[in-house]
Amino acid sequence: MVVETLEQQRADLIFHALSDVTRRDIVRRAMEGGQSVSALARHYPMSFAAVQKHVAVLERAELVDKRRQGREQLVQSNIDTIRHAFRLLDQLEAIWRSRIDRFGEVLAEQNEGATK
Amino acid sequence: MTVKDVHKDSQAMTMTITAEFDAPIGPVWQMWENPRQLERWWGPPTYPATVVTHDLTPGGTVNYFMTGPAGEQPRGWWRVIEVDAPHHLEFEDGFADQAGNPDSNMPTTITRVTLGEQPDGGTLMTIETTFPSLGAMEQMLAMGIEEGMSLAVGQIDGLLRTSVTTL
Repeated sequence: MVVETLEQQRADLIFHALSDVTRRDIVRRAMEGGQSVSALARHYPMSFAAVQKHVAVLERAELVDKRRQGREQLVQSNIDTIRHAFRLLDQLEAIWRSRIDRFGEVLAEQNEGATK
Repeated sequence: MTVKDVHKDSQAMTMTITAEFDAPIGPVWQMWENPRQLERWWGPPTYPATVVTHDLTPGGTVNYFMTGPAGEQPRGWWRVIEVDAPHHLEFEDGFADQAGNPDSNMPTTITRVTLGEQPDGGTLMTIETTFPSLGAMEQMLAMGIEEGMSLAVGQIDGLLRTSVTTL
């Protein structure tokens, strides 16, 4: 199914992007408002170019957007994508709700005729 | 509704779900302890689970596979961390390769099950699932998409069966 494949590819990009501690920290900082790459780079013991690469990975996953302000490019979190990531928690909820429904049905069958 | 409460904490990367059952604690615990019972509810109707080994002791393992509509058989495992029958079970669970060995490239979760007797004779079950990292959570849930979809299909099957029975 096309929809499933696209969803899966998008999820793969998001997971890969969020699997790195520096990138998660960049997303967190960018959530507090636009940050220039040079401002972000000051927080990490790595080169400006390395931070730029991390930002590019986040951009591909659509977790951050870049916005030009004067001479600088500001990195800001893409709230919609972050919401999408959190919606995944809802899927886990759906899996467990469905397990618990079956759990209850099997239990009720077992318990039929037995007094509480 | 048996599910009473769901709490999702994206900071702690934890989902907690609480359900109440109109049955004493003994039979509720059996749903986890008896592999034949466990396989009746662990997988969705379109991916039924078959439990191969089942050792609910600290350090023990549970190995299972699921059978999908196309005959595919994804494998999974639990590693039991703590057991205090019939009140508490804690295990790590993950995916396995075709030989049944834990796949270290795949994320795992820690699940804590707590059962409590209710004054009315029923049982309260709390399931808390924690992800080791946000990355693992994302990866895990992406793989859940397939289960989520097949589960939805299974529910439609169930509804159809119900309406046929009612007629």
